[in-house]
This record gives sequence, C-alpha cells and structure tokens, in this order.
Amino acid sequence: MKWETVFKRVLWIMSAILLVLVIGILVTLIVQSMPSIKSLGIKFLWGKIWDPVNNIYGAYPFLIGTILTSFTALIISIPFSYAIAIYLGEYNPKGWLSNLLKNTIELIAAVPSVIYGFWGLSVLVPVIRSFEAKIGVAPYGVGVFTSSLVLAVMIIPYAASLGTSLIRMVPSPLKEGAYALGATRFEVIRSVILPYTRSGLFAGILLSLGRALGETMAVAMLIGNTSAIAHSIKDAFFGPGNTMASVIANEFTEADHTVYLSALIELGLVLFVVTVIINLIGKKIITKYTNN
Amino acid sequence: MDARLKVRNTKSIVFKSIIIFLAFVITIPLIIILLYIIKQGVTQVNWHFLTHVPAPVGETGGGISNALLGSIIIVALSSLIAIPTGILTGIYLSENATTRLAYYAGLCVDILQGVPSIVVGMVVYFWIVKPLGTFSALSGSVALAIMMLPIVIRSTEQTLKLLPDSLKEAALSLGVPYHRVILKVIVPCGFAGILSGIMLSVARIVGETAPLLFTAFGNPYLSAAITKPMQSLPLLIFNYATSPYDEWHNLAWGASFILLMFVLLLNIFTKLITRKWNIQL
Repeated sequence: MKWETVFKRVLWIMSAILLVLVIGILVTLIVQSMPSIKSLGIKFLWGKIWDPVNNIYGAYPFLIGTILTSFTALIISIPFSYAIAIYLGEYNPKGWLSNLLKNTIELIAAVPSVIYGFWGLSVLVPVIRSFEAKIGVAPYGVGVFTSSLVLAVMIIPYAASLGTSLIRMVPSPLKEGAYALGATRFEVIRSVILPYTRSGLFAGILLSLGRALGETMAVAMLIGNTSAIAHSIKDAFFGPGNTMASVIANEFTEADHTVYLSALIELGLVLFVVTVIINLIGKKIITKYTNN
Repeated sequence: MDARLKVRNTKSIVFKSIIIFLAFVITIPLIIILLYIIKQGVTQVNWHFLTHVPAPVGETGGGISNALLGSIIIVALSSLIAIPTGILTGIYLSENATTRLAYYAGLCVDILQGVPSIVVGMVVYFWIVKPLGTFSALSGSVALAIMMLPIVIRSTEQTLKLLPDSLKEAALSLGVPYHRVILKVIVPCGFAGILSGIMLSVARIVGETAPLLFTAFGNPYLSAAITKPMQSLPLLIFNYATSPYDEWHNLAWGASFILLMFVLLLNIFTKLITRKWNIQL
C-alpha cells in the first residue's frame, strides 16, 4: 500500500477512535449502573434517603445539593461575567489595561480546583463561620453557601470570555445608528448590544453552568459531605450538603457492594448526560450565532 | 442642557462606573488566593522539600519528591498518548471538514470538553483498574489523556484551518505526496499554534485531581512503576489538605505553591506564543 493511503487511513482511524471513546464512556456508565437501575428503578432519583449501611439509596439529596450550589454560584457570577464582557467588549476593547484584565480573568480558570478548595478550607471557612454565627445560623463554616462562593469565582471566566468576543462582534453600523439618533452609551448597550448578543450571552451562561455542575474537588472539600436532607431552607443553604460529583469523589473507593457502587455510577451517568446536553445546547447556540 | 438629558447622561456614567467596578473587583479574590498560596508555600520550598518523601505523622520535615516524580511521569505518559492522537485527529478534522465522520468526531470533541472530570476517572476505573486488579499510574495517565484530547484536537484543527490553501496547493503541484505535504509543510507552519494547544492542555491536566482519585490513587512512597499506584501533586494536596495535621498542611502548601507556579508560568508562556497566532481555544 502507498504511504499516502496509509496516512489517510491512519487519520481516519484516529477520528473513528474518538467516536468509540465517547460511545464507550456512555456504554460503560450505562452497563455499570445496570444493577442499581434494575434493583432501585426510577424512584432512585427522588428517594430522599441515602444510607449505604442499610442499603437504602436515594439520589434526591445530591440532586438538590447540585442544583442549589450550581445555581447559587451561577447567580452570583452572572453580574461579574456580564460586567467583564461589557467592559472588555465595549468600553475598553484594546490597550494594555484591557489585555491585563483579560489575561487575569483567564488565569482564574487556570488555577487548579484543588487549590481553590484548600484555600477555601483554610481561609474562607473560618470567615464564613463567624459570619454565620453573626446572622444566627448554625456556624458550620463548610456548606452549600461556601462552595457556591468559591464555585462562582471559578466559573466566571467561561461566560466572561465568550461574552467578550461576542460583544466585540456587534456590527458598528448598528451602534453608530443608535448614537446618531442621540442615544447615550448606556442606551446603546441596553438597547442595541445586549439584545443583539442575548442568545450568545445565554450560551456562555450555559457553559458556566456545565462547569459548575461537574466541578468536583473544590466542592468536595468545602461542602461538608452530608447526605441527609436539611430540615429548613436556611439549613439547606448554609449547612453542609453533598453534590453528585462530591459524593462520587468521597464514596467511590469505599463502596463495598455492587448496588452501592452501581448507585454511585448511576449518579455519574445522570451527571454525564445533564452536562453533555447543557454543553451541546450552548455550543449549538454559539455556532448558529457566529455563522449569521 | 435640559433635565431629561442630564438624567440620561448621569445614568450612562453611573452604569459605566458599576461595570468597571464589577469587572475589576473580581480580580481581588484571585490576587488574594495567589498571594496567600505564595506566602504559605514559598517558605516550605527548599532542596530537602523537593528531594524527600513526606515524613510520617509526628515527625517534622519531609518533602514531596514522590508527588513531583509521580506528576511528571503521569503527565508525560498522558502527553505521549494524547498528543499524537490529538494532532492526527485535528489534521483529519481540518482536512475533511465536510465528511460525516468529521461531523460526529467534532461532536465528540464538544462532548469530551464538557465531561465532568470525575466521570472520566470512574470510567477509566472500569476500563483499566478493575481488569488489572490494581490502581496504577497508567490508568491515571489514560484518564488525563482523555481530558487532554479535546484541547489538542481543537487547537490543531483551528490552527491548520487558518493556514492559506495556496501553501498546500503549491506543495502538491511540485509533486510532493499528500502525507509529506501535511507532515513537512502544513504541520510545521502551524507548529506554534499546535504547541500552544499542547501547553494549555498540559496546564489544564497537571492540576486535575478528580480523575486520579480512582486511578493513580496516590502512594506515600517514591515509585516509578507505572503499573502501581502513584502519588501526584494534586492528589497529595487533596489528601494532606483534608488531614488534621499541621505538618501535612505545610507540605500541601508547599506542593500548592509549586503546582500553581508551574501552571501560571505555562499559561503565561502560552499567551506569549498565541499572541502571534490569533488562536481561539
């Protein structure tokens, strides 16, 4: 066979391996969570009690924990992501200050999550503990609120950098038209730039959400790892909890029988499917947006 | 100026101030974290720290040589797996953008990019750890290679797409065979872009902990055997940070400092390369 053909074949095989890899991940997760799916059924998802010692498995505490931490983090991060995107995209797109800020924001994403977790554990947790004592909730220090704060910082770069490049792509005739009609800078941003980039900015938020849902180490170190459901909303928010990713990280190597292990894998499967869907929707919006 | 105009102008100025405030205030947590790690870590690092294994609880001293060696071996092994596969797949995607395989492979890259790292660790546990019957550095490298792949593929694809077609056409018209055109003309032209993707992916995986929890697992002793459990910097930080001992916390601070410096330098260095090449990763 000619070298050219061999080379083309190799390229093709490498790409095909990628497909096999992704399908393999999905199949492995499904096959390995079969024992749990079979013995626990669909009610696994809203079972309120997770008690491996007595062989009771319910994913509800982790679903709640994951949703609560991710969405709190997202809500905290949105004003900052938008502000960065508007500043770097519209107010100050060029120059050294703009570059410096852009690179600094990107460094936030570069810091390993285990370092955020360690820092949070030794610096943030005591601060939060005294704050909690002041507002009159049980001063755990660790918990959903603490994890959300750290998570919020960690996910800002994803939405911010996408938002920046989208806002820079807004055609200047549109903005100039608005200025010509006598609009102020704020009015141009509010009535031209933001509506024009709305779906793209939304996609950026989806990508941030995907990160937040799957983030493991920082959350596992800061959330306090309790699989019980809190009694009040206040406790659920400030008290310790667990997310899908953190419970997998903490209990996977301890899981000593089939259904226990399999229940953890089913959590992983749910996490995988949810993050993949969120990411693909985000990517789809971006592609559609940048093509038009 | 009439009153309404004044209100509108004030609104605009207030809005701008809020935006500037929010945009810059978020750098404060980063700066605080960086300074804190440097303050806690820099005093730990010395020659002894780099060349000794962690001391048992109760003894002072000790270092992180097992984690350093482990990180180097694991990352080198994952690069060995992910870089060739990633570059070849990237070439395929840029050369055959319209085929059905390219569409699905591109979709897979997007999926891989979003997979939570803990899930990758779990899957590799069933692929390698369970059949071999032991945690191993090799399984950790495979898990990290899976995390590396999408970044290497995308950066290769993006870089090669930026190169002008005339480059390839000129080489082909001289009668150079296709594989030589790609390997000797196209890839060298896009070298800087591909390299920056590789460096970025290394920076990303060197700090990954979650995929290693169930694969490389960690090891308190110095080990270079890739079929045995192996320590790595992020694993050491996680295990010692969550321990109750101050001595171990200090080791973790030192390890955090070294890891952080490595990641930051790699990122800054990558920035310098990408500045020349307008690459979106």
